Parts: sequence; structure tokens; C-alpha cells
Amino acid sequence: MSHGLLFDSTRCIGCGACSAACKEQNGLPLPIEKETTAYTWTVVESRAGANVRRLCMHCLSPTCVSVCPVGAMRKTAAGPVVYDSKLCIGCRYCIMACPFGVPKYQWDRAVPVVGKCVLCAPRLAAGQPTACAAVCPTGATAFGEREALVREARARIASEPGRYVDHVYGLEEAGGTSVLLLAGVPFARLGLRTDLPNEPMPMLTWRVLAGLPDGIAVGAVLLLGVHWITKRRAEVRRAEGGADGAPPGGPGEPRP
Amino acid sequence: MPQAARRPDRPGFWTTAFFVILAVFLGVAVLRFTRGLGAVTALSDRFPWGLWIGFDILCGVGLAAGAFTIMAVVHLFNIRRFEPVVRPTVLTGFLGYLFVVFALLFDLGQPWRIWHAIVFWNPHSVMFEVAWCVMLYTAVLALEFVPMVLERFGFERLRRIMHDVSTPLVVLGVLLSTLHQSSLGSLYLIVPEKLHPLWYSPMLPLLFYVSAIGAGLGMIIVESQLSGRAFGRELEMDLLEPLGRAMVVALAVFGVLRLQSLWHAGALPLALQPTYEGRMFQLEFGMGVVLPVALLLVPRVRGSQAGLVTAATLAVLGFIMHRLDVSVTGLERAAGVRYVPTWMEVVVSVGLVAIGFAAFGLAVRYLPVFPEHARPPAAGRGLGALAAPATRAPRPAPPGGEEEA
Repeated sequence: MSHGLLFDSTRCIGCGACSAACKEQNGLPLPIEKETTAYTWTVVESRAGANVRRLCMHCLSPTCVSVCPVGAMRKTAAGPVVYDSKLCIGCRYCIMACPFGVPKYQWDRAVPVVGKCVLCAPRLAAGQPTACAAVCPTGATAFGEREALVREARARIASEPGRYVDHVYGLEEAGGTSVLLLAGVPFARLGLRTDLPNEPMPMLTWRVLAGLPDGIAVGAVLLLGVHWITKRRAEVRRAEGGADGAPPGGPGEPRP
Repeated sequence: MPQAARRPDRPGFWTTAFFVILAVFLGVAVLRFTRGLGAVTALSDRFPWGLWIGFDILCGVGLAAGAFTIMAVVHLFNIRRFEPVVRPTVLTGFLGYLFVVFALLFDLGQPWRIWHAIVFWNPHSVMFEVAWCVMLYTAVLALEFVPMVLERFGFERLRRIMHDVSTPLVVLGVLLSTLHQSSLGSLYLIVPEKLHPLWYSPMLPLLFYVSAIGAGLGMIIVESQLSGRAFGRELEMDLLEPLGRAMVVALAVFGVLRLQSLWHAGALPLALQPTYEGRMFQLEFGMGVVLPVALLLVPRVRGSQAGLVTAATLAVLGFIMHRLDVSVTGLERAAGVRYVPTWMEVVVSVGLVAIGFAAFGLAVRYLPVFPEHARPPAAGRGLGALAAPATRAPRPAPPGGEEEA
């Protein structure tokens, strides 16, 4: 089953324990920076009087996975979008394309790699929740199966409608994400994009790419055909004109 | 341009400039590979692609599009009149793609892994497709370039074998070019929420393809002029003028598609506004499409070398601006930061262009690139002679020359 996180902004006290636990779990160097970087994979931001976590959303159809030319990004069945730094060539298309602005680069290194939250994939494999969820003192970050988290989120909104904006962020955004967000203020004011299509982003390019093989075959036949016709015409003209190659013009060339 | 003879023992201005640029370029290169991208570029997590992608890759590939266009015209549509255009254009294309590959080695975080795309596949990635097409097409261009070398050194049998496989090679070249020229536009299809509506369009692949054909043709004209001034080798006006007409058609088609894309995106009103983006669009479209088309529709302008070169230069500059607008200007608002390349990024781009120019000069001097009549008598004075206008060969006045005055 696919796992994920439910972050409830109204329960977050902004203590930053999740950031610290993340650093320790993933062996990242201190300090904890103000915004996410290649070395700080999650932060708590204070916006519009609320606390909101920044971390990889672990899309169900991730843009980064689709754009990576060497397949360094991968969506696992367990939920995490993981990154294989040994494959990465450093084209930074993932950073460029991610609708949530998640992947970050080690700009200060001569041999750089991408850094982003991997939903503690090794811990999940061992049957444990993510480090951030395990350490959260208020339950603002909850770990579980995505289906169960969606039900939980809906139940919270239903039981306390005045407390929440009536929307589970991540349910459909960019085709849906494994990380879901609840908030008491509009999501746009928390710095989250609210203009994302509900269709998975990779479809935007896949529609074009999927048609290419057919196009290549037709194009090749067409071009060879054009060549065959124009060459034949030139030969006929040469035969009629007598002297070899006397009329230098082609078919588009009216000069004698 | 002064025609007076210079003292042969003193390097000329352009030669000196070339070596100064080369020295600074090498210094920056050392810094780039020892200290990382952050030390030399203005790139950041908010702006991960800059000048090297926007200019070196997007414009480099586009401006080299003349090669596949001319190959199709001459070898597939069999319009043999343009035969003399083939070699200089194929040379430009080949050097252009080498330029792109070298620029990529600077831009990639781990360039020594560039071969990964061959082994580790992701067919869902536009970048994967571009990587394969550029790789294969560079090989095709190398094979199309090789006959010049074979002819120069008298390998007749090999040259004839190359000639026999030329048709499939040309077809392959046209297909590969069509694919990756358009795919450079497809790269940006995935960022509808980041790219400004003046530049985002589902038609980006088509826009990139058509604009590359226009710019590729314009580049042949510009480059013939530059080559004539620097190396004393150029193409005849009666070949360049029809290329100018073809360029007008390509530019006009691009212009119509561009306006359609704005119309469908509901962005036409934005195009007229005095915002940063609006002004950049007006400059790009006015300079790169409207003005050159208007100029070249006048037969007198089209028929004069100065007019033709001016219009082609405008078209090429407009093309460069469109690509930079897609890759830089249009993304700045969403990124929340303004990207201005560092002087070191500029030096790398300029240095690579300069090396390309020098290579072009060497090839023109030592290989049968341009038609025979323009060959200067004194060959082989090394790199220093490359940019020396004084070594310019006496050649017949260009047919359109009398209109210059």
C-alpha cells in the first residue's frame, strides 16, 4: 500500500522538531536553513498567522520522475519519490519543472547532487513512519496509508468546519500527492500554488512524446518519397535534354 | 573596413581579442570545474537554468538549423541551384552542435556522466529525447562534414562511398532535426504555471521548429557576410536573395503562429501592455518578425547585400531574444527573482562562440568549403591569419555589390 503524510497546519506549533529529526535521519549538515535547500529538506514557515511545512509532496504522477532524462527520480510503490544520486547527470530539469519547487541543488559543490525529502524511504521499508511524523509532538504531521489519511482529513473538516478551509490540498493537485495538507487559512496565503491543473503534469509532455514514433515512420517514408520523385524528374529532364546535367535547376526552378 | 596592408609581424585586433577571450575563458573554466556552478554562475534553486541553456543550447541548436533545411532543399527537393550553400552551412551546423555539446559540458552538474543518457533510459523525458537526437544528429553532421576533409586529402574511394549513403543520411538528419528542434520547445510544456502566458503555449514545439528554420536561413546570410569580411569567402547574392525570400516566408509563418498562440492563450491584451514582459515581447516580435519581414518585402532592400544582411541580422537577434524570453524573461515573475548572468557565464558563452569562429576560419582556409573562385592565394599562416582582413583574396565583385553604394 502507498503511504504518505497528512500535515495539519492548525495543529502545528512551529517547534521545528521535524526539521531537526530530518537532518539527523538523513545525515544532513546543520544549520537548519530558513527555506528548503539541498541540505535542509523540510522547514516550518510562518505565514498568515499559521505554520506550514515545506517538503516534497511525493506526487502520485511526479513531474520530476517524468522529466529526468536518466531516470534518477523514481516513484516507489510504498509512496516515496526517491532519488538515485549515482545516476544524476546534473541537468536540473527536475528543479526547473517541479510544480512545487521542491528539488534543490548543491550549487556550492564541484561534484553536486540534488537534495530533496525522500519520505524516509529506508524507514518505510523497515515498517517505521517517517522521522518527522515520529517526532512531531502535536500530531500535526501524521503518517499512514494515503487512503486512510484522506478519510482522516475529510473527517477533521467535517467535524470542525469552522477550523478548516474546506479543501484537502494534495488530493487532486497535479494529479494528487502522497503528502496532504489541511489549513485554517486559504492555501494560497500559505505560499502554496492553487493554480495547478488536476491532470498529472507529465501528461503535458507525454502527449507530444507518445506521438513521435508514428510521426517518424510517416516522415521517413514521406521524405524518401519526395526524394524519389524529384530525382526521377531530374533524370527524365536530363534524358530529354541530352547533355548530362545540363539544366541545373530543380523542380522548383523555372529557369531553363 | 581598412584595406591597407598591416605589418605582418603584429597580430591584428581580432586575433589579439580572440586570445584574450580564450585566456579568460580557460580561467573561468578552471573555476567552474573546481568550485562548482555556484561560484561562477548567477544560477540558484529559484533559477536553475540560465544563459548556458537559454543561449548556448536553445539558440545554438536553433541557429544551426540551416544545415538540415539546406540539405532537404538540395538533396530531397533536388533544388540543385543551392549546392554551393551546402558546405558552409553544414560546416556551421557541425560546429554549432559541437558548440552546444561543449556548452552542455559546462552546464551539467556532473558532465563526466553525460553518457548516462545512452545507458539509463527514460523515454518519458523530453530531455532524454533531445539528448539522443542531438547526439545522433551531431554524428550525422560529422558524416556530412567528412567529405570536405576526404576531398581535401584525396581519399576519392571513401568519398564516393559517403556519397552513396548520403540520401538516407539526409533523411535521418531532417527527421532528427525536426524532432529535437521542436522538442526544445516541448521542454517548457511542463511548466504552464511558471512560464508567462506571453510565452507559454501548447504550440511551443511548433513555434520552436518554425522559428529555427527562419533563423537557420537568416544565419546563412549573416554568416556568409561575416565570413566574407573576415576570411574573404562568401556566397553569391543570387543565392542569398532567394534564401532571404524563404526566410521571409518562415518568419511570416512563425509570426502568424505566434499571434495564434497568444490568441488561444488569451494573452493578446498582455502583449500590448507596458509591463516588463509586454515590452520584451514587443521588442522581440517587432525586431525579430515584423521589421525583417517588412524590410525584405521591398525588392530593392532584398536585392542589396546591405539590406539583406540587415534584415537577416534582425531576424537572428529576434530569434535569440525569443529563446531567451522563453528561458529567462518569461520565468522571472514565477521565480520571484530576476536572473542576470554573471560576467563569467557570459565569458564562457562568448569564448565558445569565439572558438567556433576560429574553427570556422581554419576550416574555410584549409578545406574546400566555399566555391573555388574565392580561394585566396596565400594559405597557411596559422591562426594569426584567420581574422586578418589584409589577406583577403581578390575576388569578383558580388553581383549585388553596385547597389551597396
